Amino acid sequence: MSGRMSALLEAKRISKRFGGLEALTEITLAINRGEIYGLIGPNGAGKTTFFNVLTGFYRADRGEFAFDGAPLYAGAPHRVAAAGIARTFQNIRLFGNMTALENVMVGRHVRTRSGVIGAVLRTAATRAEERAVHERSYALLEYVGIAARRNDLAHSLSYGDQRRLEIARALATEPKLLALDEPAAGMNATETATLRQLLERIRADGTTILLIEHDVKLVMGLCDRVAVLDYGKKIAEGVAAEVQRDPAVIEAYLGGVLA
Amino acid sequence: MGSITETWARLTRDRRVAWAAYVLIAVALAALPFAVDAALGRAWVRIIDVALLFVMLALGLNIVVGYAGLLDLGYVAFFAVGAYAYALLASPQFDIHTSFLLLLPLGALVTAMFGVLLGAPTLKLRGDYLAIVTLGFGEIIRIFLNNLNRPFNITNGPQGITLIDPLQIGGVALNETFIVLGITLAPVHSYYFVFLLCALLIIVVSLRLEDSRIGRAWIAIREDEAAARAMGINTRNIKLLAFAMGATFGGVSGGLFAAFQGFISPESFTLLDSIMILCMVVLGGMGHVPGVVLGAVLLTALPEALRYVGPLQKDWFGQVFVDPSDLRMLLFGLALVLMMLFRPAGLWPSKIRKREWTT
Repeated sequence: MSGRMSALLEAKRISKRFGGLEALTEITLAINRGEIYGLIGPNGAGKTTFFNVLTGFYRADRGEFAFDGAPLYAGAPHRVAAAGIARTFQNIRLFGNMTALENVMVGRHVRTRSGVIGAVLRTAATRAEERAVHERSYALLEYVGIAARRNDLAHSLSYGDQRRLEIARALATEPKLLALDEPAAGMNATETATLRQLLERIRADGTTILLIEHDVKLVMGLCDRVAVLDYGKKIAEGVAAEVQRDPAVIEAYLGGVLA
Repeated sequence: MGSITETWARLTRDRRVAWAAYVLIAVALAALPFAVDAALGRAWVRIIDVALLFVMLALGLNIVVGYAGLLDLGYVAFFAVGAYAYALLASPQFDIHTSFLLLLPLGALVTAMFGVLLGAPTLKLRGDYLAIVTLGFGEIIRIFLNNLNRPFNITNGPQGITLIDPLQIGGVALNETFIVLGITLAPVHSYYFVFLLCALLIIVVSLRLEDSRIGRAWIAIREDEAAARAMGINTRNIKLLAFAMGATFGGVSGGLFAAFQGFISPESFTLLDSIMILCMVVLGGMGHVPGVVLGAVLLTALPEALRYVGPLQKDWFGQVFVDPSDLRMLLFGLALVLMMLFRPAGLWPSKIRKREWTT
C-alpha cells in the first residue's frame, strides 16, 4: 500500500502552536487512496487540531499538505472543500432550521455554479441545475438511510440521524477524502454498527476516509491503518493490530506499562 | 396565519383558478388607490405610496438580516445613498437632469457598491459587534451628507436638495394631474403604480433568491457560519453579495423617494429610520417575504391612523386627553411587548421559523 503514487493526502511536518502549547509537532503522515485511516489518541492529543489545520480552519505554523498531487491552500476552508476534502464536526454542526434535504442541498453549493442572475431570471440552466441538486440530495439522504425525514428540520432529528445527515451533507460536496471527527460519539451499539456499515459502503464506493475516533473497537475493526497522537506528536503508525500492541501506545493510554 | 399560504397553494393548484386569482389581485391592486381616495381622502393614497417604499426597504434589509442573519442597524444609509444619487443627477443642484430610466439602475449600482464598501470591514464581526459598527456607518453617511457643502458644495448640507426632477415617462412628468378615460390621475396615483411595479419586482426577486443556491448559502451562514465554510461556501463573497443585494433594494427605494418628494435632506435618514425598517422586518417575520411586506405596511399605516385619535377625543370628550404623538409611542411600546410575549417569530413567520420558536 505504500509508495508515493497511491498517497491521496500527505501531511509534511505539520506544526501548530497555541501560545505556549505545542498542539502539533511535526506531524508527518500519508493517507492512501481507498483506505480508511484512523487517527486516535487520548483526549487533548491534538487530533481535532490536526483536523482543523487540514480543513483550513487553522493555519499551520510550519509544514504543508499535498492533496491529490497539489499543495493544499492553507487557511481557507471553502477552498479545501473545493479541492475535495469534506469534514464533519465533533459536536454536530448542522443548519438547524433548514430541513434535512436543504442541508444536503447546501453541500452541493461548491459543485454548482448558479448565481444571482440565474436565480432571478430562472434561466433554463439554473432550473436544470436546481433539479439535479434536488435529485442528488434526495439520493444521498436515501444512501445514508434518512430519506423519510427529508422535510424535517435538522435540529428535530434524533442524534443518530443528525450524524448521518452530517455525513450525507459532506458527501454532497463530492469529496475524495471524507474526514470524520468522532462520528460514533454518543451512539449506542446498534447505531455504531449501522454507522460502520455505512462507512464501509462509502469506502467501497470509492471515497477515502480519515477517521478520528474514541471507540477503539470501531477503529480497530474498520481502519486499514492507524496513527496514534499523544501530546501533539505521532507516536505510532501502522496496521491496527500492530499499533494496539505498541508499548508507546499503551503507555499513552494507560500511563505506563505494568512491570 | 401560516395557513394562508397553504390555502393559497391548494386553491392555485388548478391553473385556471390561479390565473383568475392573479387577475383578481391585479384588479384589486389597480383599483386600490382610487377606492382609498374616495373613502379616506388623498392623504391616504400618499401613505400607501410611502408604505410601498418601505416595503422595498424592508425587503432589502430582510436579505441581510432575515436570510444572511447579519444584524444591520445602519441600513437607512443605502436609502440615503440611493436618494442622493438620484437627487444629485436629476436636479438644479448641478443642473444635471438624467432620465430616471437610466438613473434608477445607476443608483442601484452605486448603492450596491456602497453595500460592498460598508460590508467589507464588518465581515469578521457578528451579532452585537456587527450591529454597533453598522450603526456607526449609518451615522457616518448621514453626517457626511450633512457636511458635504464645504469646501465644495455637493449635497447642499442640512438645507437638502430641492426641486428634484419628478419621474418622467415619455416627456410626461408624473407630478401633473391627468385625466385618462374619465379617471382623474393625480401624482399620488401615478406614483402608486410605479412604486407598485417596483415593489412587485423586488418581491419576485426576493422570493426567487430565497429559493436558490445563493439563498440557501445565505441561510446556511445564518444557521452556522463554520459549517457553511466547511461546505465550500465562500462566506466572504456570499456575505458581500447579501450586503450588495440588500443595498440595491434600498437604493431603488431611495431614488423613487427623492423623485416622489422633490426634496431630500439628511434629516430623512436617521438612526430611528434604520430601527423602524428593522422593526418592520422583525414584526412581520424575519426571512419570510409576505410577513416582511405585512410588517412594512402595518408600521407605515398605523402611526398615520393614530393621528385621528386626537380629533376623535375632541369629538367624544370635548378635549384631548392624550396627545396622539405620545399615544403613538405608548402603543408602539405596548405592541413590542405583546409581540415578544405572543408572537416572538413575527406576525406572519415562515413555517420553519414558527417551528423554531415553538420547539
